[in-house]
Formats: sequence, structure tokens, C-alpha cells
Amino acid sequence: MTFVSVFYGWLFYFATFILIGGVARKVYQYWKIPAPLKIPTTPAPLTKRGVVGRLLREVLLFESLFRANKTIWLFAFLFHMALWLVLLRHSRYVVETGIFLNFIQPFGKYASFVMVFGLAGLWVRRIVVDRVRYISSPSDHLMLALLLGIALSGMLMTFVVPTDIVQVKAFFRGLLFFNWHNLPAAPILLVHLFLVAILMLVFPVSKLLHAPGIFFSPTRNQVDNPREKRHIAPWALELEKQNKLYLDEVRRG
Amino acid sequence: MADYEIPKLTGLGYVEVPALEPDSMAGKGPYVAKPEFQKALHFPADFDKGVSEGYELVPDWKNRALEKLDDLRHRYRSLQLYLDICVKCGACTDKCHYFLGTKDPKNMPVARQDLLRKVYRRYFTFAGKYFPKLVGAVDLTEAVVEEWYNYYHQCSQCRRCSVFCPYGIDTAEVSMAGREILDHIGRGSKYNNEIISKVFKIGNNLGLPGLALADTLEGLEEDIEEDTGIKVRLPLDEVGAEVLLVTPSADFFAEPHVDGLIGYAKVFHEAGISWTLSSYASEGANFGLFIGSYENMRRIALRIREAAIQLKVKRIVFGECGHAWRVAYSFLNTLAGPFDFLDPKYPVPQHILEVTWGLIQDGKLVLDKTANDDKVLTFHDSCNVARGSRMGDKPGGQFEYPRNVIKAVCNHFVDMPADTIHDATFCCGGGGGLLTDDLMELRIKGAQPRMEALKYVTDTQGVTHMAAICAICKSQFTKVIPYYGFKMDQIVSVHQLVSNALVLQRQVSVQARPEDENEDR
Ligand code: HEM
Ligand code: SF4
Ligand code: SF4
Repeated sequence: MTFVSVFYGWLFYFATFILIGGVARKVYQYWKIPAPLKIPTTPAPLTKRGVVGRLLREVLLFESLFRANKTIWLFAFLFHMALWLVLLRHSRYVVETGIFLNFIQPFGKYASFVMVFGLAGLWVRRIVVDRVRYISSPSDHLMLALLLGIALSGMLMTFVVPTDIVQVKAFFRGLLFFNWHNLPAAPILLVHLFLVAILMLVFPVSKLLHAPGIFFSPTRNQVDNPREKRHIAPWALELEKQNKLYLDEVRRG
Repeated sequence: MADYEIPKLTGLGYVEVPALEPDSMAGKGPYVAKPEFQKALHFPADFDKGVSEGYELVPDWKNRALEKLDDLRHRYRSLQLYLDICVKCGACTDKCHYFLGTKDPKNMPVARQDLLRKVYRRYFTFAGKYFPKLVGAVDLTEAVVEEWYNYYHQCSQCRRCSVFCPYGIDTAEVSMAGREILDHIGRGSKYNNEIISKVFKIGNNLGLPGLALADTLEGLEEDIEEDTGIKVRLPLDEVGAEVLLVTPSADFFAEPHVDGLIGYAKVFHEAGISWTLSSYASEGANFGLFIGSYENMRRIALRIREAAIQLKVKRIVFGECGHAWRVAYSFLNTLAGPFDFLDPKYPVPQHILEVTWGLIQDGKLVLDKTANDDKVLTFHDSCNVARGSRMGDKPGGQFEYPRNVIKAVCNHFVDMPADTIHDATFCCGGGGGLLTDDLMELRIKGAQPRMEALKYVTDTQGVTHMAAICAICKSQFTKVIPYYGFKMDQIVSVHQLVSNALVLQRQVSVQARPEDENEDR
């Protein structure tokens, strides 16, 4: 085993552990913390099924964003949809390709251009529009730089200096099945993978939490039925049970 | 007049998104509540007047503020989630009426959230603890507290931003949390907290005691009789009535609110529904919402439950008030339920418009639309009704019911531009506990988007009056529209229009007093 292969092997184990563990921890937290009041932004669906529809429209179409701002929507939509295609295409480095994965290969390949276009649009907007510039921290710019870096280094390999992808696949499957193989020591590949590892590491401690988070947003995921069904949080029920008005009078235990 | 400019209306129907004017609304915020009022609301009161004007913060304020923030983020998923997931996309930045009217970047919803988020990040997140500069995290200082106090009192919690945010991030949840934290370190707002303590002491926001209320209602009965020749009752504390009406106390005397109250009375009279007001729960408003205090909001709401039990009513109906209806519709069952002792045939609670529109549909009211022919009407959707509640059994009923009733009692109705009505409605500029004279500049500037829309339909469609179903909207508009060249009496209650058109057929009230029946009629 080369040193580079061992280093990247451990790096990806660590990054995967942080990504999965970190996101799981956050999701568990969002799951556990109650929403004490019914606060769906109305008009809201009257049934659970309606809520599923509302969330699907938000996740797949960015419905609210579309109402808010057509420019952001266009760039955001292109970037995210391209991102999904690219991610799907990448699954061939870990699992065996089937009919579906073969079918989307070309789309995934050219989606990278769309992704770069979307990211660039978002970045230009962040710099040019005074309101968006005002609310941006360095981390907001760096996040876009990171994603652009990943996309551009990836495209270099796809379109300019091809890498030995058979060997890359062997490396990742080796990680999965604890039967390590060498990683090709191509500089662009190493840059690409390093940036991906960083993305995985920052995911659970950054605004990327919006991806799992949207499903927990009370203004979007609550059913509009407060008159029909009583909704109450455990800590609020405690006030009622102990016949108290203020939480600091409630006996805990 | 004041040392600020009144915005000029363009006639375009909307406010152009302004260039940023940093710190144009920097300041000290509204008057601070005295310790005695903090105490009445069970907030810490261990602070005193400072050496210069104003009050000190409580001792050890920094730790106590952080403890409160930590407490709240473990009790409100909205807060924890919304502090985490904003991507700074900027979609909300031009959606707030206060930003549009004041140009202060800290009034952009995301920037308002950031005031709390930057402290949350510093003390409670990995990135903020180790890389504060990178993610814009800052230490909690007195200057930050001052900014919280100032800018969390420049948010009317209208939730317009939450409609447009891709994740539904609701700045109102953040500004409520901000106010709750401030209340725990000696920075309560005088306006809100004095009002709440009046409710606890006397029963309503105005501090109007039972006897005075009885007098007022009797006076109104006389006015109606003079007007129509019929003894329409406005009963107080009548045990055994079918309906308990809970309405904002402004309805008892302010114009045009009181004309709305007369409207409710006539509707109940005509339908033969016995009803009563309560002197114990003589307030529909619930300012506990504005200060983000679940406990105080619940304490106010419980008065309504108690009154309903004591008066042995079968139904609870709310009068025209925006945030009151949000608290009633969305929270009452949570705060003071279950209401299994009431008649299960009716939703608990009901809005007066649900009652009136039901009666109109059933043909129970004789209406003469020409009584309102001197007006061309438009309708202002109140933010809390539009985005935080419903009427009837379909989504969006909160937009249809008031319009249906207006159209049933008026011949001339037009809507304002589409991006200023329904769930995209603009706040009146005085909601969320900001309806106080010490925030006059903010109130005038915040009303600009609505004023532009009103001006547009005035110029293009000859609108003469704007109807509203919220006590705060009505008070705010009557006060600020003169600055924009309109007249106070252009603002009307929806039930005032009903009152004008309703032709009373029932000669004797189902709740007629014995002495009334003896009179020969
Ligand atoms: C459930 C899945 C997801 C949904 C519904 C979603 C939705 C959104 C929306 C609506 C925006 C705001 C518009 C914009 O600025 O682009 C956004 C921003 C963003 N998303 Fe996602 N996203 C998802 C997953 C992801 C993932 C997996 C990543 C990256 C690995 C990602 C990266 C970003 C970034 C970096 C931004 C900020 C763009 C900027 O700086 O303007 N998203 N997302
Ligand atoms: S809730 Fe309303 S007032 Fe507050 S930031 Fe959002 S739009 Fe502005
Ligand atoms: S629209 Fe939502 S995600 Fe975008 S900046 Fe505003 S609060 Fe943040």
C-alpha cells in the first residue's frame, strides 16, 4: 500500500464517520425537541398526506423560493438538480452499475456544466447584490468555492486528463469491504477527493444541515388542524399536570 | 413634526427595493419596562435604574441570557432548527415591510435572525467556538443586547418572510425568542408588559374595570335603540348564554372598532343567538404571544376557559382581531384545552365571520347592500389571520370569509395588487407589540408598502375605504394614514359594514330584560 492510499483510506473512514454520525446526531436532536405550538404558515394542508405533498414540492421544486425570487430559484434549482445527477452517477464507484446507472451516465457527465453554471450564478449574486453581500460571512463564500472546486476538478478528470477509474472503484470498494487497494496517485484526483472529504466533514456543522433540516421545519411540516386535534408538548403538559403557571415552579423529576 | 422623513408614495402600487442604509434605525428601542411589571409577569426583577437614564441589566446578565437561549433552543424546535439551517440565500431580504420602509439592513429578516444566530454560533456550535471569524460568530456584549432590544422591537412577527423562505424559516420565532431572553435580563418592553399586567389585574389591555364596561355596553344599547328603534342587547356576564364572545377591548370604545362590536351584537340579535361578554375575560388580545412567553400567553388564555365554565356557555366566538385569532385558532386548544364541555357541534373557538357568513349563507339575515353604496371598499388581510390561522373548513378560508361577507353587504369591492394580499399581505406596520407612540417613526415607515397598495387602488379604481378585521390594524391605520394623505375614517370594521346593511327583523331580543318586555311595543 502506498502512503497516499493509506492516508486517503483513513481520511474517508473518518469523514464518513463524521458525516453520518454528525448528521444522525442533528437529526435526532431535531426529532427530539418538541414544537410546542402549531405554527404552519397558512394556508396549510389539512391532512398528513397534504403535508407530504407540500414538503415534496419544496424539496423537488423549491416552491417557496420560486414565489420569492426567480433568479435565485433558477440558479439554485439548476445547481441542486445537477448535484443529484452527479451524485447518482458517482454511485458507480461504490456499487455495481445496472441499467439505471448506465442510463444516467451521460446525463450525469454533462450535468456538471449545469452545476458549475448554477454555482457561479449564486456566487455572482452573493457578490453583486448588496443585500446578499451584507448577509454573507466568509464561510458562505468558501462553501461555494469548495463546491466549485470539487466540480471543476471532477470535470478536469472527465474531460481533460482521464484518471484510472477502475482503480478508483477498486479503492472505494476496498474501503467498503475492508480489503484495501491502492489509489492512483494522480494529483487532480487527490485534490478532488480531498475537497470532497472536507465537504463531508463540514456538512454536520454548517448550513448544509438545510438538507435534512427542511423536513423538520414546523412552518412546513405541520398539519393545519389545531381546533380538531389538541397538540401539546411534554414540557407544557407538565405545567397542566402540576397545576402551575410558570416552568420554574414545576417540579422536575 | 418629527425629525424623520415621511416616505413619499410613488403611485406604483409597490415600494422599490431600496439600497441599504446601514444603521438608519439604530437606537435604543422602545421604553423599558419597570421591575414591578417584570415581576407581575414572573420575570426577573433584580435590576434598577442606572446612573444615566434607563435601566441596568440584571446582575450576571450574560450567563443568564445564554442560559435562557440554551433553555429555549431545547424547548422550541423552530428556534434550534432555524438558527442552524439558514443558507443565506437572500430570498427573504426584500420581503419585510420594515426593511422596505426603513432601508436599514438589520431589518432584513435574515439579518434580524443573525443578531441572535451570531451569538448562538459563538457559544453553542463547533464552527463558532473555534472559527468565529469564518462564520460571523461574536461574543455576547452589552452592545449586542442593545441591538437585540432595538431590532427585535422592529419586527411585527408578521411571518411574511416565512412564506418566501425555502425552508419556512420564521423570523417571528426568532424575535419572540429574542424578546423572551431580553425579558429575563431586565429588558422587557414597557408597552407590552404593562398591558399584560393589566390583563392579570383587571381583565383587559385597557384596564377597563367591570363596572365601567357595563356602563359602556349600556350606552351602546341606547345608541342602537336610538338608531333602529330596537333594543339590541350587549349582555355582560349573563350565565347560561349560548355564546361567550371574546373580543379585543378596543372594540369597547375606539373608532371604528366599536362600530364592529355593534355589528356583532346586531348579528347575534337577528339570529336569535343568546350571547354574553365576560368581565373576567374581557380581552381577546393576547400579548403573551408578542413577548414569546408561552407561560404568560397560557395564563391569559386560561381566563377564557374559566369564564366559559363560569358562564356555562356552549360556544366561544372571537371578535375581529388578528393576533387574537391566531392565538385562538392555532393555540387555544393547546394552551387552555380540551374544550370537551362545550357543544361539539361547533369548532372551538369560532370567528365571528364564520358565524356571520354561515348565517348569510343560510339566508338568516336581511341585508340592504345599498346602505354601503357611498363606499368603494378594499380589504386588508391581517398578517396573523392570513398566515397563522384559518376560517371555515378549507385552506385559504381566511381570505374568502371576510371578502364573501363584504361582498354580501356592499356593492363595490376591489382587491389590492396580488402581491400585497392573501398570504403575501403586508403587515399594517403596528403589529407584534409595536403599537406604541415611542415607535412612531417605525410605524409610519413600516406602513409604506400597504399605503402604496392602497394608493394604487384609490387612483385606479376609486377605492374610498379599507376594511380590516384586526384591532391593531385599525388603530395603526387610523393613526398613520393621515401622514400619507388619507383620512382616518377611511378605515372601517367589516362588521361595521354588516351593521350598516343589516335590516333588523326581530323586534324583541331573545335576551330582553324583564323590564324591557313590560314596555308596550
Ligand atoms: C433535501 C435536499 C436539499 C434541498 C431541498 C436543498 C434546497 C436548497 C435551497 C432551496 C437553497 C437556497 C437557494 C440557494 O441559495 O441555492 C439551497 C442552498 C444551498 N444548498 Fe441545498 N438543498 C438540498 C441539499 C443540498 C446538498 C446535499 C448540498 C451540498 C452538498 C447543498 C448545498 C447547498 C449550498 C452550498 C447552498 C447555498 C448556495 C448559496 O450560497 O447561495 N444542498 N439548498
Ligand atoms: S416577521 Fe414580518 S416584521 Fe418580522 S422580519 Fe419577518 S417580515 Fe419582517
Ligand atoms: S430566505 Fe430563509 S434561508 Fe434564505 S436567507 Fe432568508 S431565512 Fe435564510
